[in-house]
Amino acid sequence: MKKRLMNYKVIIGLEVHVELKTQSKMFCGCLTDYFGQKPNSHTCPVCLGLPGALPVPNQQAIEWCVQIGLALNCQIPLFAKFDRKNYFYPDLSKGYQISQYDEPFCLGGHIQIKGKKFGITRVHMEEDTGKLTHEGGSSLIDFNRSGVPLVEIVTEPDFDNAKDVKAYLQKLQQIVRYLGVSDADMEKGQMRLEPNISITLNSNSKILPKYKVEVKNINSFGFVEKAIDFEIKRQLEILEKGDTPKQETRGWDEEKNGTVSQRVKEEANDYRYFPEPDIPPIRWTAKQIEILKSQIPELPDEKLTRFEKEFSLSMYDAEILVKDDQQANYFEQAVKDASGKVTPKQIANYIINKKISIDEILPAKLIEDILTANKTEEININELRAIVQKVLQDNPKVTAEFKNGKENVIQFAIGQVMYIIKKKIDVNIVRKLILEELK
Amino acid sequence: MKLNNLTIKKAMQGLKDRQYSSVELVTACLDQIRMRNQNLNAFITVCEDKALEQAKQADVLIKDGQDLPLLGIPIAAKDIFSTKGVKTTAASKVLDSYIPPYDATVISKLKNAGAVIVGKTNLDAWAHGSSGENSDFGAVKNPWNEEYVPGGSSSGSAVSVTSGMALAATGTDTGGSIRLPASFTNIVGLKPTYGRVSRYGIIAMASSLDCVGHFTKTVEDSALFLNVTAGKDSFDATTPPEIVPDYLKSLPNGINGLRIGVPKEYIEGIEPEIFNNFKSSLKILGKLGAEIINISLPNTEYGIAVYYIIQPAEVSSNLARFDGIRYGNDRASFGNEAKRRIMLGTFTLSVGYYDAYYKKAMKVRTLIIQDFENAYKKVDAIVSPVSPTVVWKIGEKVNDPLKMYLSDVLTVNCNLAGIPGLSVPSGFIQGLPVGIQFLGPKFSEELLFRIGHTFEQETRFFEKTPYEL
Repeated sequence: MKKRLMNYKVIIGLEVHVELKTQSKMFCGCLTDYFGQKPNSHTCPVCLGLPGALPVPNQQAIEWCVQIGLALNCQIPLFAKFDRKNYFYPDLSKGYQISQYDEPFCLGGHIQIKGKKFGITRVHMEEDTGKLTHEGGSSLIDFNRSGVPLVEIVTEPDFDNAKDVKAYLQKLQQIVRYLGVSDADMEKGQMRLEPNISITLNSNSKILPKYKVEVKNINSFGFVEKAIDFEIKRQLEILEKGDTPKQETRGWDEEKNGTVSQRVKEEANDYRYFPEPDIPPIRWTAKQIEILKSQIPELPDEKLTRFEKEFSLSMYDAEILVKDDQQANYFEQAVKDASGKVTPKQIANYIINKKISIDEILPAKLIEDILTANKTEEININELRAIVQKVLQDNPKVTAEFKNGKENVIQFAIGQVMYIIKKKIDVNIVRKLILEELK
Repeated sequence: MKLNNLTIKKAMQGLKDRQYSSVELVTACLDQIRMRNQNLNAFITVCEDKALEQAKQADVLIKDGQDLPLLGIPIAAKDIFSTKGVKTTAASKVLDSYIPPYDATVISKLKNAGAVIVGKTNLDAWAHGSSGENSDFGAVKNPWNEEYVPGGSSSGSAVSVTSGMALAATGTDTGGSIRLPASFTNIVGLKPTYGRVSRYGIIAMASSLDCVGHFTKTVEDSALFLNVTAGKDSFDATTPPEIVPDYLKSLPNGINGLRIGVPKEYIEGIEPEIFNNFKSSLKILGKLGAEIINISLPNTEYGIAVYYIIQPAEVSSNLARFDGIRYGNDRASFGNEAKRRIMLGTFTLSVGYYDAYYKKAMKVRTLIIQDFENAYKKVDAIVSPVSPTVVWKIGEKVNDPLKMYLSDVLTVNCNLAGIPGLSVPSGFIQGLPVGIQFLGPKFSEELLFRIGHTFEQETRFFEKTPYEL
């Protein structure tokens, strides 16, 4: 018997892995720019896990991990350590991954998105694994990615819909890009998302359901939304039949446009965590954390508020400008270069509407362009009226459509006029004359 | 005296004075290996060609007047130290054909100091053992009496030095693996402070306990060797930037007025002959001006239990990489002792057991550290026997792992506490060597050398060798 469920609640938590763009790997001197490189060209005894090799932690990566935590309003314990997560997989060269278990770098933060607050459980540091490919019956391992620094950001199960999840992920991507610690390019695997989705049938209960479904292989924000919506629908159908969905790991299948089962977890994995003896624990002073905090640049939310206030921009414009910190900086430089000759609003409009390529045009040049664009040439009004009349005569369709309420047709007429004149004149005058002639 | 029986100190002088060349010195060692190794089984790999090549180069440098601390000196390396281009097996079938593409930090340091590596020595596989019998390449025999074990796990290294196959040898000490074989073969063994010498490139046994040390004929040689190997290494995060003193400097200062503690827990239950030998050592120390003070290290009895939780736990994780996928043979090639430790460690780290075993062991470890810290408020150093028993016969303990584990009862606490220990010959019982160990606070190697040197110069046991000179 299928029954319609009324009193249910979707519960979603997220694990996000972000690859840091440090020059060298987490525990050795190998370069991290492995993408598209010849397999196993970026390796050494340490990241290959050869006998006797030892990890030496990358200070830069640790500091960036802490800064991500600080940007997400986390507490930074003054004592932290690395742990070994023991499991077997051919792409894991040491037979264990160096990660953090019970004493990570960052704990208990939150993120605010459009008035909603989402809890951040923890932010910790670990290392990436190698990559397996299966070709013609044999498996190949590329260790170029082995040991690349990864930061894992775990949220509380505070989400109940795919849209909020997407907004959170976009915000997170924006923050790490602002911090300059990762490019967080999902297609390159620099940002990986794993939502955990379950549904409780008692929306008032604080107890989590007995199962959860983890979805992997999601490499775009679009897919995360689709995957979550698919899962909610799938799980609801099972619950409606009176069954409980299986605790499992599923993968997003782009072709099937749905999730497919990868691994059913009978019981929790036992990773046999224990403190990594090769790396002494990390002890911070409050002063060191203070310094790391002071080095954090202005983050998107603060910048947005400031842009609205300082430059009298609409929230819409400000949001577009701060989406990417380079664009925001570009805008600010242009405002400076304009020295009042062009208003910030005009600059914002120009950047947004003309989709300016900020890598190609210097801010100062942009101001010149805006000034030129604004300059209009004088034209004899009678001469202009004659041209308008000629255009309307040659295009009787315009008058007819306008009379039928299709006001957009005016744009076409303006274009024709401008084409004949071949001069930069004020479009508003042309529009005025056309309207006069049409009436 | 045969060249291969020289101390490093004397050999350096002879090379400098052109009494002989490094090639002659190295050849003497290689000859001894050729003559004795078949019986003793001290080496897994002998690097004859490479060694002679290095010796030739050393002779050129000596002629040039170059002054390197170990220039032209033949040494041996425990086969758990990665050596670039030279097979490194850890005495396990798993790695019987593994050739490392890099040198351990200590190996590079020794090479840079001019040392000539004559070969790689046998050991208990993966350094798991106290007797030298647990090797996939066969047991090592004690040259003082070939029916007896030489002690382990650095069995081949100890034997190579005492039998004149090398002037010194590297070793590792995780629970006593340098001090025990040193004491069973009448030579000097140093287990430095944890982190004093880089572990980079040494196949890990139990990472929080492993210490990289060496065997020499005299304490002076030991100090000279540590001068080369000690120091911070950018490839080992557990090596602190602590200053490396000239360990030779204070050797002649004597021990007059030093307070040396004897922990009562270390002499309870030891064999009577060992106790008698120890008593005469104490008398000598007293005669040399030291004040002998009875002390207590109350948590000593928990040492072996703590050690056999922490050590297998780390072993189980450290051996996980030997899956046979990228190098070496697969897991079927592991011997019983390694399997035993992997299973023990996997068990104690498992969910539900971690708190009861590993975590509790770590807490007791802290108590053991505190025992030593408290003791060093009252005394400058500690002295004790190295082994609670006299050296045993080959085969005597192989089928009783617990009994074997207990041979480390007097050495493991030093590893758990991370403090240095120096094993020095203290005489013979029925013709077989015995040793005592000096323990000190962290980074007190200089003090231990001073005590050891003073004791050794008085007793001169080191002058006795298993073969005629």
